[in-house]
Amino acid sequence: MKTLEIPTLECETGNYHTFCPISCVAWLYQKIEDSFFLVVGTKTRGYFLQNALGVMIFAEPRYAMAESEEGDISAQLNDQKELERICLRVKNDRNPSVIIWIGTCTTEIIKMDLEGIAPKLEKQLGIPIVVARANGLDHAFTQGEDTVLAAMTHRCPEYNHRTTYQQGEDVAKHVVADVAPNEKFFDEKDKSSRCNLVLFGSLPSSVASQLNLESRRQSVSVSGWLPSQKYTELPALGEGVYVCGVNPFLSRTATTPMRRRKCQLIGAPFPIGPDGTRAWVEKICSIFGVKPEGLEERENQIWKNLSDYLELITGKSVFFMGDNLLEISLARFLIRCGMVVYEVGIPYMDRRYQAAELLLLQHTCWKMKKPMPRIVEKPDNYSQVQRMHELKPDLAITGMAHANPLEARDIDTKWSVEFTFAQIHGSVNARDAPELVTRPLRRRSDSASGCRSLSRQAVDV
Amino acid sequence: MKLAYWMYAGPAHIGTSRVASSFRNVHAIMHAPLGDDYFNAMRSTLERERDFTPVTASVVDRHVLARGSQEKVINNISRKDEEQHPDLIVPTPTCTSSISQEDLQNFVDRASLSSESDVIPADVNYHRVNELQAADRTLEQITRFHLDRARRRSTLDRSVTNGPSANITGISTLGFHNQHDCRELKRLPGESGIAVNQVIPEGGSLKYLKDLPRAWFNIVPYREVGLVTATFLEKEYGMPHISITPMGISNTADFITQVGKLVNVWAFALSEKRLNYKLYVDNQTKFVSQAAWFSKSIDCQNLAGKEAAIFGDATHAASITKILVKEMGIRVSCSGTYRKHDSERFNEQVQGLCDEVIVTEDHTEVGDTIARIEPSAIFGTQMERHIGKRIDIPCGVISSPVHIQNFPLGYRPFLGYEGTNQIADLIYNSFNLGMEDHLLDVFGGHDTKGVSTKSLSTGGGDINWTPEAESEPNRIPGFARGKTRKNTEVSAKRNNIPEITIDVMYAAKEKSSS
Repeated sequence: MKTLEIPTLECETGNYHTFCPISCVAWLYQKIEDSFFLVVGTKTRGYFLQNALGVMIFAEPRYAMAESEEGDISAQLNDQKELERICLRVKNDRNPSVIIWIGTCTTEIIKMDLEGIAPKLEKQLGIPIVVARANGLDHAFTQGEDTVLAAMTHRCPEYNHRTTYQQGEDVAKHVVADVAPNEKFFDEKDKSSRCNLVLFGSLPSSVASQLNLESRRQSVSVSGWLPSQKYTELPALGEGVYVCGVNPFLSRTATTPMRRRKCQLIGAPFPIGPDGTRAWVEKICSIFGVKPEGLEERENQIWKNLSDYLELITGKSVFFMGDNLLEISLARFLIRCGMVVYEVGIPYMDRRYQAAELLLLQHTCWKMKKPMPRIVEKPDNYSQVQRMHELKPDLAITGMAHANPLEARDIDTKWSVEFTFAQIHGSVNARDAPELVTRPLRRRSDSASGCRSLSRQAVDV
Repeated sequence: MKLAYWMYAGPAHIGTSRVASSFRNVHAIMHAPLGDDYFNAMRSTLERERDFTPVTASVVDRHVLARGSQEKVINNISRKDEEQHPDLIVPTPTCTSSISQEDLQNFVDRASLSSESDVIPADVNYHRVNELQAADRTLEQITRFHLDRARRRSTLDRSVTNGPSANITGISTLGFHNQHDCRELKRLPGESGIAVNQVIPEGGSLKYLKDLPRAWFNIVPYREVGLVTATFLEKEYGMPHISITPMGISNTADFITQVGKLVNVWAFALSEKRLNYKLYVDNQTKFVSQAAWFSKSIDCQNLAGKEAAIFGDATHAASITKILVKEMGIRVSCSGTYRKHDSERFNEQVQGLCDEVIVTEDHTEVGDTIARIEPSAIFGTQMERHIGKRIDIPCGVISSPVHIQNFPLGYRPFLGYEGTNQIADLIYNSFNLGMEDHLLDVFGGHDTKGVSTKSLSTGGGDINWTPEAESEPNRIPGFARGKTRKNTEVSAKRNNIPEITIDVMYAAKEKSSS
């Protein structure tokens, strides 16, 4: 086996299909229970949200559009007055603890000074207003969450080791007690309280508490999460606090606490799949000088639990078209499962933030004796489809726009957005990702074989 | 700015994309930032489309914002030209391009020099028109372009077809039951000896557009899309059009009568023969459509006098209102549409058929109106279905905006004689069934859920119910509970009664039923 090759990144035209980053509203408003998201922009955004979020829209969501009209674009109306009127209504109707303004392409192009207006209105209305520019000019899909969390970082209370030591510990206790009371934790309080670890990334609360448990097993306690379940419970940040990401698309959120709040960033692979979870825990342990215990057995046990899925996918090939930035971690996990990955399309690749993940990917390829996949940043969907016709992968992981047409062309697909909503983090959820990946493969073996290749266009497009 | 949670009609570029991707071999290129090409996802999932949606984006990013698109749009056009050789490329403006004021026409002029495909920029103003208007306008634009060119090249065949024929205008992708309606519409004149010349835009090929004027007349089934094109064809080529929607028995009969009139103008001139459609209509009404018999049958008696609320696009809302009132004897308390720019015509059509007319794009206004009226059934869009769910009123979906379940695989037209059957089923199934209704009344309902306190309308709520009175509405069938409760409260308020006892409740009931 030759030595590890340095992964080469290719960059294409950026003509690819992905969701607009404002879609982060969909999961963030549910995560942060006392928030209200106001998307400032035109009808195009509203129609997207309405269609992308499907049924959720009917459940009295805590988000809305501030729909710009012609008068706003031509500056006949005063932005500040308009926003004030709308936020006042939101305050009266819903009384949230925070209003988050999502800036869109429209506000960028007409250069609406959201960051300037927010502090003024905040004072006037008495509600914190956080501004996140999650627009399609700069960002793709999940990066929307990145912009929101980066903006929230500035709102986290100051951590001061000496004076607020006790308070910080109370928060830690509170957070942990909240999710799953565990006596062991209190016994080892002294030992664990010297690490001050804040995790960032929005996860369903059950998954967050599973990750808490995962690191607490190694006597490293998590002192807080960004975002927290409530805006009013944001974790304290400051010198002496370590931060670590759980999702690969949070590069801005990673740099902000480092540069602006003097926190230290732990660069680790992401806790997706049993291999990723183990590497993630190990890295955190190494920072706090804790010797991890029983990780290997635990990982092996979980691989054993996955054996039925592994049987199905070993040796099968995958093609990631790329739209949500989870691609590197998923590819790494699937290679470890025994699959061959032809191509990893990805909207944006932060090589510094994902360094540890990339390294693990290389190691995994080497260990599994599989070729290193081609990594394509800003892919071109049309060229990708051409390549897929040549490579004939067993599975394409792709967006909704291409899924049905690819199926009609005899290529099995898995809708990529499901990975952002499924619970794929930590060892407990290790079965969920292979469950998604094998679904089209399992279905295929049952389905009638006569109905493949159903496109009405010529197949050799 | 306005605060909005939901919109009935989408933005303009959706309309343009709908028309462009309905035609065969036409490609739309959107000038838009990343993520605005969700039209592809909508079409691919809702229509369960097997082929790649012929819409791509020329992505607007920071560089474009700073320096303008420059060669980018042109390159994208010529690239698409080389890759897929479409007959036509439609550069589509979005809100982003209209705000950044890029000169799309200039790109088009330059791109069409090098590309084999025709290039027409969609002429729609983002802020002035919505999805439906844009679709209407784009269809006219494409038709006009091809006819004008054929005229210039003198390839235009002005002779009418030998036998009577018609164009069907306005069937498009992502339209509410459009595919099924199209099949029914082809059959309807087909059975009476009228050929379908062309259907546009759905499945239409651009090279045949020049033959559009060969048809004797145009059929415009929906008011939303196709009327502008039909008007253009009437003005320039003297083709008459029928804009009666053949939805419901009487509308369909009117439609056929109109067809007969138009056909006879030419038929008489050509062969001195007159065609008579009266017999056909009679036969269809009596035997093919079950709706006429159904409304006579005793089942339908139970529906007489029940109240309904209707909301949707202008075509469907108006037609369904007419069907409910005139063909089934149901009382329509409120009929409404979100097509504001067509409100005059809508008012005219439902005049005298309903108690009130509501024209709005605000779903909360619709919700509050329905909550106030408390009809026995709602006929509306997906939004009204959800309003209905919250206040326990059944709802039949009769118009877009739609959901994947409104793209059924089975044959479900709304138009023509088969359409009348489908509509009758939909309406009948939406109301609580007759006998069940009576039995529930007699035995006090079979569900033991507590009184629904969910209410969309604000106000009230400061009145006390005594415990006995509180439990009394539980004996009333579920669907009528909300109404009884509300009537009681209103009556109590009017008479300044602070606390509601059983007596007060039944007094109120007596009053309201007298």
